Amino acid sequence: MTSIAETLYHSEESEPHSTHHHKENFITKYIFSQDHKMISKQFLITGIIMGCLGMMMSVLFRLQLAWPDSSFPILETLLGSKWAPGGKLDPSFYMGLVTIHGTIMVFFVLTAGLSGTFSNLLIPLQCGARDMASPFINMLSYWFFFLSSVVLTISFLIESGPATVGWTIYPPLSALPKAMPGAGLGMTLWLVAMVFFIVSALLGGINYITTVLNMRTKGMSMNRLPLTIWAFFFTAVLGLLTFPVLLGGALLLIFDRSFGTSFYLSDIFLNGEGALANSGGSPILFQHLFWFLGHPEVYIIILPALGITSEIIAINARKPIFGYTAMVISITGIAFLSFIVWGHHMFITGMNPLLGLVFMIFTLIIAVPSAVKSFNYLATLWRGNIHFTPPMLFAIGLVSFFISGGLTGLFLGNAAIDIQLHDTYFVVAHFHIVMGCAAIFGMMAGIYHWFPRMYGRMMNNTLGYLHFWLTFIAAYMVFFPMHFIGLAGVPRRYYQFTVLPEFGIWNDVNVLITVAAIIGALAQILFLYNFFSSIFCGKKSEQNPWKSNTLEWTAPVERIHGNWHGEIPQVHRWAYDYSKPGFEEDYVPQTVPVSDNEEQLAFEHVLSVDNAKNEDNYTVSFSSLMLKWLGLKKS
Amino acid sequence: MTSNTQAVTSKTWSGGRSPFKISYGKLMMWIFLLSDAFTFSSLLVGYGAVRFSFPSSPVLTETQKISPMSHIGDDFVEKMQQTGIFSEKHWPSADLVFNHFPFLHGIHLPLMFVSLMTFILIFSSVTMVLAVEAGHRNDRKKVEKYMLYTILGGLAFLGCQAWEWTQFITEGSTLSSNPFGPSQFAALFFIVTGFHGFHVFSGVVINFITYLNTVKGTYEKRGHYEMIEKVGLYWHFVDLVWVFVFTFFYLI
Repeated sequence: MTSIAETLYHSEESEPHSTHHHKENFITKYIFSQDHKMISKQFLITGIIMGCLGMMMSVLFRLQLAWPDSSFPILETLLGSKWAPGGKLDPSFYMGLVTIHGTIMVFFVLTAGLSGTFSNLLIPLQCGARDMASPFINMLSYWFFFLSSVVLTISFLIESGPATVGWTIYPPLSALPKAMPGAGLGMTLWLVAMVFFIVSALLGGINYITTVLNMRTKGMSMNRLPLTIWAFFFTAVLGLLTFPVLLGGALLLIFDRSFGTSFYLSDIFLNGEGALANSGGSPILFQHLFWFLGHPEVYIIILPALGITSEIIAINARKPIFGYTAMVISITGIAFLSFIVWGHHMFITGMNPLLGLVFMIFTLIIAVPSAVKSFNYLATLWRGNIHFTPPMLFAIGLVSFFISGGLTGLFLGNAAIDIQLHDTYFVVAHFHIVMGCAAIFGMMAGIYHWFPRMYGRMMNNTLGYLHFWLTFIAAYMVFFPMHFIGLAGVPRRYYQFTVLPEFGIWNDVNVLITVAAIIGALAQILFLYNFFSSIFCGKKSEQNPWKSNTLEWTAPVERIHGNWHGEIPQVHRWAYDYSKPGFEEDYVPQTVPVSDNEEQLAFEHVLSVDNAKNEDNYTVSFSSLMLKWLGLKKS
Repeated sequence: MTSNTQAVTSKTWSGGRSPFKISYGKLMMWIFLLSDAFTFSSLLVGYGAVRFSFPSSPVLTETQKISPMSHIGDDFVEKMQQTGIFSEKHWPSADLVFNHFPFLHGIHLPLMFVSLMTFILIFSSVTMVLAVEAGHRNDRKKVEKYMLYTILGGLAFLGCQAWEWTQFITEGSTLSSNPFGPSQFAALFFIVTGFHGFHVFSGVVINFITYLNTVKGTYEKRGHYEMIEKVGLYWHFVDLVWVFVFTFFYLI
């Protein structure tokens, strides 16, 4: 049996892609492409378009928050008299903007746009595979995502408007179509979009995991994988195991909305009469199901960004990444812990204090692997030969946001403090910095860094610097003051604070935030111009523009299906031999064999593969590898 | 030092081969099943949360006890409602709800029919194992035979489920109300067994496609019957999920 399976594996691996080239026409090359590089571009560009939509929405509702009593006639011209009567945003449209902004940014930009793009691009290229395990399923994954984006965008075109119940779609608001206009058809479309999105995430995740486990080239042992791949791998695991739970939750919600069940509906009275045919359900049940996805989701967002950052910081500091195994164990730890902390979003639901304590402890423990990662970034930078290229700036920006946003996470993870801070702008500030800005900066770093790999051209550096500094400063100016508003107890999602005198005093700060947000939004125009013009007329890139070790830079620049002409390169060393003594160049690609007299650095002993005794028993060798990494077993 | 000059070896995890010694297709199926297990878990956990927010139905007194095989009238449900055994306030006991059997109306046969369904489904897993085993021996005739049995088993299960749903609906159950207990009782029954039935239905379709391919000789030409193994994995999974659904809905 074994021999059959092995021959299978090898024949199936090389057969479909490598030797014979299929004839490609426009449709199979650019639209229904099964090539992972093209699919990654499709993810990226769809993500960028959705990102622009989400950003424009945020500018609109920021205008309302800063100048709640003024009117902007241009808004009426642009949005029509239904959504902006008299140049002032309609309250329910404001709620729609907030809801869809959150949904787009969390799912469509930072999940699909970030991990979809870079997992697709880098997993086959950095592992040394011809393509994904199943290129066809990979293509389906993109098209389900596309369909999902279209359905969500269409919800702006229907009469009752988009979903207005917040991106967390808590029942009973989301379960009662008659509760408000945006809980009707708009909410249904939101759910349909999300079902498509979940399908896309699952198809993608299955592919990513299989490719990483099964398709690595010769010599690419798990402990020689670049940290990007480790991050994408665990991102895929998280998505694979948590999105189905949202699917289950959404299924019950759909039945509550449309088919008369009451899983999430308890007693509700409108005008003294029971509004429901049934009762006895629990809205808290939905929160549990939602946050079982919702919390790992924030790690689905941040892990790929952290992986990208590890790679870029090591390359641009021209130093081996500090603490490779610690980084991998941290990613593993974060991924594991993320499954058992969802309750910290629900401290004030009347949860048993003991349960709250358990969730709080696990939440605060996440600070440990996160801090390990931050310190490792700083230690990698320490005394490095730092090249301040645009991707490096964005990567350092990520570290800055990750630290300053992570620190406020300690406040919120504490059940007692969370009672005061829950649903205030402090929460908004916290998650925008730690997962919004940090992940966007990771994504930007990745785009600037791998743009030459994607399009064979370089992006403009000057525009890149300008883009970085404007965005970096604007982002801090937007989200730093929000902490203070939140500490004062100003609640999120409110439409107009001037009618509440105790919150109206913060209006000047809101004006500052809005101005900064507009500057930040305008700065993205530089990026868009830079991105799209460089695709066509950027400077031609050389084979390995950043002098990087990883495999993707050994593949030819022009797009071929199958990634490498001829044989797939073999890997002989880990990905971080930068500035290694004894070499002329300050980098040693993974494909360079180790010579007999080459000096072994201390940490490389840990990296040598499994012990010979158990080499055929993978369970033993994997666990012994983990034990060795954890320092529990001497080699 | 020389021991560390890492010549490219083909050790299990060092790339160039599958660490699990299986093709990527089978690995993908395993991973998909892992993910699907979480979907079912979320529904079953939701079921648990709703169910245990209601008290269980009262225990039958000695005089109320109905012995299996005894005759029960057409007004069984009404009698149960009058005595307060069936009430919106507490979760009904599955013994008293699922006690019908085709062609044996009026006889109290608690959980007999669902046990038969479970037996059929488990038996179809056995025939699936035999098909996979025949595939290992490249025995096309046997693969055809056992795949056909498996498909028939799946269809029989779906037929049973259709009968049971019909019975349940005839007695007055809808998604929003039912005569046995809280509205969630019937709603969860429909959603969870429906979701499982949908999986069985997809499994039957997939089994049928692989059966056709076996008959056409596709796998014989390919030289191996791995596809049978992959659909077999899915089929066993669906079977395993049913064991949990059966346990949670009918037994506990």
